[in-house]
Amino acid sequence: MNDGLLVDLSRLQFATTTLYHYLFVPLTLGIAPFVAILETLSWRTGNPIYRRLVRFFGSLLIINFAMGIVTGIVQEFQFGMNWSVFSRHVGDIFGAPLAMEGLLAFFLESTFLGLWLFGRDRLPRGIHVACIWLFTLGTWLSAYFIIVANSWMQHPVGYVLDPETGLPVLNDIGAVLSQPFVLLAYAHTVLGALVAASVFVFAVAAYHLKRRQHLPEMRWAWRAAIAMGLIAASGQLVVGDALGVVVTDVQPMKIAAGEALWETAGPCAGLAIIAIPDQEARENIWEWDVPCLLSILATNSVDGVVQGANELQGEYEQAYGPGDYTPNVWIAFYSFRLMIGFGLVGAAWMLVAWWRTRKGRLPSGRIFWAISIWIVITPWLGNMFGWIFTENGRQPWVVYGQLTTQDAVSQISPTFLFVSLPIFFLLYGAFAIVEFLLMRRYAIAGPPDDDQPMAGEPSRPLPQLVA
Amino acid sequence: MGLPEVWFVIVAVLWTGFFFLEGFDFGVGMLARTLGSDESERGQMLAAIGPVWDADEVWLVAGGIAIFAAFPAWYAALFPAAYLPLLLVIVAIIVRAVAIEYRSKRPGPKWRSRWDTAVAVASLLLAFLFGVFWGGIVHGIPLTADGTFVGHSLLSFLNPYSLLTGLTLLLFSLAHGATFLALKTTGAVRAKNESWARRFDVVAGALMTGFAVWTYWAYSRGDVVALMVGLLAVVAMAIALAANARVRPMVAFWAHGVAIAAFVAQIFIALYPNVLPSTVDPADSLTVQGSAASPYSLTIITVVAAIALPMVIAYQAWSFWVFRKRISVDDAARAYH
Repeated sequence: MNDGLLVDLSRLQFATTTLYHYLFVPLTLGIAPFVAILETLSWRTGNPIYRRLVRFFGSLLIINFAMGIVTGIVQEFQFGMNWSVFSRHVGDIFGAPLAMEGLLAFFLESTFLGLWLFGRDRLPRGIHVACIWLFTLGTWLSAYFIIVANSWMQHPVGYVLDPETGLPVLNDIGAVLSQPFVLLAYAHTVLGALVAASVFVFAVAAYHLKRRQHLPEMRWAWRAAIAMGLIAASGQLVVGDALGVVVTDVQPMKIAAGEALWETAGPCAGLAIIAIPDQEARENIWEWDVPCLLSILATNSVDGVVQGANELQGEYEQAYGPGDYTPNVWIAFYSFRLMIGFGLVGAAWMLVAWWRTRKGRLPSGRIFWAISIWIVITPWLGNMFGWIFTENGRQPWVVYGQLTTQDAVSQISPTFLFVSLPIFFLLYGAFAIVEFLLMRRYAIAGPPDDDQPMAGEPSRPLPQLVA
Repeated sequence: MGLPEVWFVIVAVLWTGFFFLEGFDFGVGMLARTLGSDESERGQMLAAIGPVWDADEVWLVAGGIAIFAAFPAWYAALFPAAYLPLLLVIVAIIVRAVAIEYRSKRPGPKWRSRWDTAVAVASLLLAFLFGVFWGGIVHGIPLTADGTFVGHSLLSFLNPYSLLTGLTLLLFSLAHGATFLALKTTGAVRAKNESWARRFDVVAGALMTGFAVWTYWAYSRGDVVALMVGLLAVVAMAIALAANARVRPMVAFWAHGVAIAAFVAQIFIALYPNVLPSTVDPADSLTVQGSAASPYSLTIITVVAAIALPMVIAYQAWSFWVFRKRISVDDAARAYH
């Protein structure tokens, strides 16, 4: 009954959908508060620099937001279409957070985005500013509720198993909404989004500063992006470490795979910086260690013992019967390192850039500006590898300890997936290109020069969206 | 009435909200391409839904999530069974949203005309497919006792009744969209839509009557409430037609609201006590009670809905009030470009 092809294609389709969705999510989450702060500053100070920045970054926010919304709707459909056994299994638990997301967050963000976008000359100024804040609140609430659902898949709490159906039944919504895993994973996600948006603003500002154009606006954006990026990245160091400790506690196998740790180690367990794992033989062909670091990171103590994949495999067989309970260690090990590396390199470069541009200097080196522009890719890679790490590391489970991915799939004909996969690839590919070209066009055009309301004169090459 | 029944009604309310609000967006999407004589008129029509269409679409998300949350077994049986129709729906939703958002991001008649065509085709598909989807559910699909679907994903949803339901929703959306534009625009666009609203209402009213007769005869025979609700839908459409004939689009708009509520009510009355009838054996049908979530879970989402839904309706109504002004060609050029 468990058709391997069907499972593989369904996983490929869902991985494509979620990762594609996550191209748009971090920028929306991170740039919404940035635009809201600019809008507030513009209102309180009347300084035209803020007004031009609002219009500029607001336009980029809108282009990005449209794609984020529709790719999110696709996910809601795919839960049921491709993962109906999973949907049935989690239905009683997910109902509450997803209903909260739909009724509290989605309506809020889309209604108040419309009011903010089109209501500038129809609303009192203070109310208009409140609209962008309510939009921001909607996006952040939405992220919270979806992290609640994902965290429950990582670490199920607040339920009992129905003796008749064997399905989990919710009995403590408070635990589901506020388990430590949720709070840390949410902070981790939001900080990752703030880092991404900061690096994005930083790179756009770099483009214009390199050309010595729109200087007052772009100097402000540059400094604000560096401040926001460094604060968020520092927070990420603390939160990421705390989340690692919780994961070590509730999903020891994920950490063992992420560290390519086959045999239980410690006290003073070494951290492998590079490893060549052999999944078949369940050992590393070669590795390079830093002594004691793993104990410190995973347990906050030099004396900590960290369980290895082989011991855990034995424990899991005892608990769940025969089977392979070890996720792909290559993917786990390298996605973990790439997440951290790509996640932090942007902030590290911001420190360099801050020093090179201190007291208003603008360096003339081409390499400096090229790096400052192209660094924009790195936080996106960091976010993607983060999701690959956390989702791959949960395998073979889709709901940890309860339901395997193999068993979660809809029993549909694989033919359907041969139909739907190319359609999604084509559609996603085409729209990714359109979106990228539009973003590039608007980013390069820069903020509007004048302070007049943006009329749609045909002569204007790039009419602004935020009228 | 227990919580499962309450949620059966809430699901119906959310889909009513979706068809009432997004119905005119679908209509406007189709009419902009076909009635707009040039790029500026098309822009004017799309500007009329610009601030609200995105929030209107959230009613679909809410309607889908409500099924997932309150009736997990219904969701898990229905969505894989309807894989191919829903795939079409997804593609149309993506294309339409991207097209509406991106058309104004670049000048040039070619760029805009292509996106306008995409909006029109996607709107037409969506209005029709959602009708087919619900008509197919009322008609029933081949389900075995353990909830396994044994039919063909596309063909099981295609039958004369579901096609009629799809056409009814399509024509309703056109009539509703033209009425909305008659209410929200000025100048030539307003005049065109005033006369087209009337014509669409003739066909939509006829289809709505056919739908009511068929639904009552095939799925609700002998049920007095069903008969009254069917009658209400027909009367409301007649009032809408009369109002549009006298150029009273506000009356017609709200009469459409009553008609679409009665349309959805007929569907849900025909279904009850089932949520997904089986054509293999009626005894294998999924029921309201049998597919509902646990009492604890239902209680929580009921509290959430009781707090959130009135707020949603209040601020969405306020947003319609903020954008109550009629849109001229010049307004559209300023606000939407």
